[in-house]
Amino acid sequence: MTIATNVSRRNFLIGSSAAMGGFVLGFHVPFTKEALAQTALPPEVNAWVVIKPDDTVVIRIARSEMGQGTLTGLAQLVAEELECDWSKVTTEYPTPGQNVARDRVWGNFSTGGSRGIRESHDYVRQGGAAARHMLVAAAAAEWDVTASECSVDKGVITHGASNRTTTYGAMAEAAAKQTPPGNVVLKDPKDWKIVGQPLPRLDTVEKLTGKQIYGTDLTFPGMLNAAVKACPHFGGKIASFDAAAVSSMPGVRKVVQLDDVTVGVIADTWWRAKTALDALPVTWDEGPNKDVSSASIAEMLKEGLEADDAFVLRNEGDVQTQFSGGGKVLSAVYAFPYQNHATMEPMNATALYTTERCEVWAPTQNGEASLAAAAEAAGLPIRQCDVHKVHLGGGFGRRGMQDYVRQAVQLAREVPGTHVKLIWSREEDMLHGAYHPTTQCKMTGALDAEGNLTALHMRISGQSILASVRPEAMQGGMDPVVFQGLTQNSPEGHLAYTIPNLRIDHAMRNPPVPPGFWRGVNLNQNAIYMECFLDELADAAGVDPLEFRRKLMVNHPKHLAVLNAAAEGIGWDKPAAEGVHRGLGQIMGFGSYVAAAAEVSVADGRMKIHRIVAATDPGHQVNPAQIERQVEGSFVYGLSAALYGECTIGNGRVEQENFDTYEVLRMAEMPEVETIIMPSGGFWGGVGEPTIAVAAPAVLNALFAATGKRIRMLPLKNHDLA
Amino acid sequence: MARLNINGQDREVDVDPDTPLLWVIREQLGLTGTKFACGVAQCGACTIHIDGIATRSCVMPVSAVAPEQKILTIEGLSPDGSHPLQKAWLAHEVPQCGYCQAGMIMAAAGLLQQNPNPSDEDINAEITNICRCGTYNRVRAAIKEAAADTTNAG
Ligand code: FES
Ligand code: FES
Repeated sequence: MTIATNVSRRNFLIGSSAAMGGFVLGFHVPFTKEALAQTALPPEVNAWVVIKPDDTVVIRIARSEMGQGTLTGLAQLVAEELECDWSKVTTEYPTPGQNVARDRVWGNFSTGGSRGIRESHDYVRQGGAAARHMLVAAAAAEWDVTASECSVDKGVITHGASNRTTTYGAMAEAAAKQTPPGNVVLKDPKDWKIVGQPLPRLDTVEKLTGKQIYGTDLTFPGMLNAAVKACPHFGGKIASFDAAAVSSMPGVRKVVQLDDVTVGVIADTWWRAKTALDALPVTWDEGPNKDVSSASIAEMLKEGLEADDAFVLRNEGDVQTQFSGGGKVLSAVYAFPYQNHATMEPMNATALYTTERCEVWAPTQNGEASLAAAAEAAGLPIRQCDVHKVHLGGGFGRRGMQDYVRQAVQLAREVPGTHVKLIWSREEDMLHGAYHPTTQCKMTGALDAEGNLTALHMRISGQSILASVRPEAMQGGMDPVVFQGLTQNSPEGHLAYTIPNLRIDHAMRNPPVPPGFWRGVNLNQNAIYMECFLDELADAAGVDPLEFRRKLMVNHPKHLAVLNAAAEGIGWDKPAAEGVHRGLGQIMGFGSYVAAAAEVSVADGRMKIHRIVAATDPGHQVNPAQIERQVEGSFVYGLSAALYGECTIGNGRVEQENFDTYEVLRMAEMPEVETIIMPSGGFWGGVGEPTIAVAAPAVLNALFAATGKRIRMLPLKNHDLA
Repeated sequence: MARLNINGQDREVDVDPDTPLLWVIREQLGLTGTKFACGVAQCGACTIHIDGIATRSCVMPVSAVAPEQKILTIEGLSPDGSHPLQKAWLAHEVPQCGYCQAGMIMAAAGLLQQNPNPSDEDINAEITNICRCGTYNRVRAAIKEAAADTTNAG
């Protein structure tokens, strides 16, 4: 099977969810002749490349920059084929409205699933190459020579025979009139000069001086500000509120009911909007889920662990026969709780509405979905709306949802002709997440007399993201994304272990807590379940955990290579320092192979993580410096979840409202991270997410080595290590 | 009406006295480099200096700041991004999304002012800002580099 992250490639549904009645736009391959044909004025050479007379190269970036470095990486890919001077490169975002108007020339705007580069490397490079052809053709025409006699280097075109040179800046206007080449041959990776280099990112300087403008920083003449509160009880709604009690508070312009569940205040400043909202008497109708709690959800999932009915991903051999065959049988139950994305920048968007037009400025991971949400909320056709993207103060999957965009437009409709900036409080952000779903997992394994793993059953019980967020992508009721990293042969992520009898299945249990794609998604807990339980099996077999895995991995050399690299990096075959213990884990996800090895010690019931060595094989690497940063950041994200992350549910709502109760990893606990990048070529894997999945297993396995305790119910903060 | 000295300038702002300094800086003074992220003194995104002391401005009412106290925001740290920390931050390419970074830099600047040569333990104890992108190791490296820079220069 193939995993469903590629569902959007054809007949892409532009919309924040199927339920909102999205707008279907056919997605043809965006690099076509029509798409390249000129509909804008020079100096646009083509949709991807604008060259100014001073030789500045503006590269258009369709995906969203949220810290992951995609802006720089995608620009490198275009610049490589363009053969321009990297020091003259800048970038800009086309708007989703322009994309619609130009027949989706820029392809998919959606930025998630670590797909920015691996899904668009081909057509953005073609865009750069086509622009180069047109620039050279323009110079050749001017000189009356053939293009093949001309060469180009760093934006300078040379005709060697006649010793003439010109620049891209001088040729841009003429190039725009050239016919785009029908097809272009991309460079052999061995000839890359810009791709594969650890170039500095293009967006650092402004982030050091406070000049970088985020969505929360936007300001427009006459702009008003808004704060909202939605019913915190999932499935509940507003019972009543008393607008009159706050409408004369300083600065308040309007108290607005946005829909059944949400009330907001529009004021001159955000602080006054929030102050009035806090003072607003609201009573909630707690709705049908008021008795739902973490305990009731855990019960629901527990039942699924033993249920007869389940969606079966793999069923090879016969696990049951093995389990009753007299060998050693081990069984353990693991659990992973709800997590909030907790981006540093809370959800926000600014909207301007008139009866003719609606415009939105938003940090969004999916500009086109934002456009669809804005149009729907405005009640206007898409062509009368547009979305202006701003850099995100973190995304991690949360900003693929469009609730905050819809709300901003609903508020702006109350004051036509005036910009309204909506910012959520942290509390609103914590209570209205698109939560990493909760699952439990029962692992059962059988060992023969020689300690070989003969059978494994992995029963996942719990929540499906697709069932809630994108039901049209389900496959006969099954959510394939649940099985990330566990498939037999998906290029997205397949299991490294060859086990003669193997069953992997999912009992879907969907509690009424809205789930979403959370950086790393289901790979995170699948890696914990698989890699920690393999450690349990190795221990039961009395075999070194690395050796135990190696035996099962002979058919998967790429998985094994990263595991070996991480193990070697940590010094697996040499003794650790006194009191220090080691653990490791590996998995494949988002198209890349990753592994980690960790060193920890425990004293007075407290764990210290000393050092982590991580290995990644992403196939091709575009910018190793940015990969290193993604790998390091992945440990912070993954370890925050493993150590602290937990949204508990009580009374049908999330109980954590801010960072005082939703704790995350801080500086003092951050281990040293050593990153090994080992690109083996021939494929394109993502790097923003996969490493998160190996953070927890490596550390939890090291913790077992240190304490003999198996932590199976996350997070770690709930356990006594003393 | 409140009188404030901010980045070397005296400013008068018409604002409710219990408004947090953060929102006065962002909304009345238009200096948006200082960020809102939690509002409860947990994350440090709103860190500024008051008389050289790193302070979380989201929980400090504007009325608690006297007109002669010197408020410094990221915009006033250096005229052109040339503070040793900003240079070290650039050299180590610390930011990812960047949203926490102004607060990180201001917290680090406060630390170096008190302790020009901080140990790892000092950094751990003083830099408790949250970065969800996970830039901590590079924050640490940049602080150490800036400290070495300043110490050598001094
Ligand atoms: S916004 Fe002030 S500490 Fe978080
Ligand atoms: S750089 Fe994104 S939160 Fe720190």
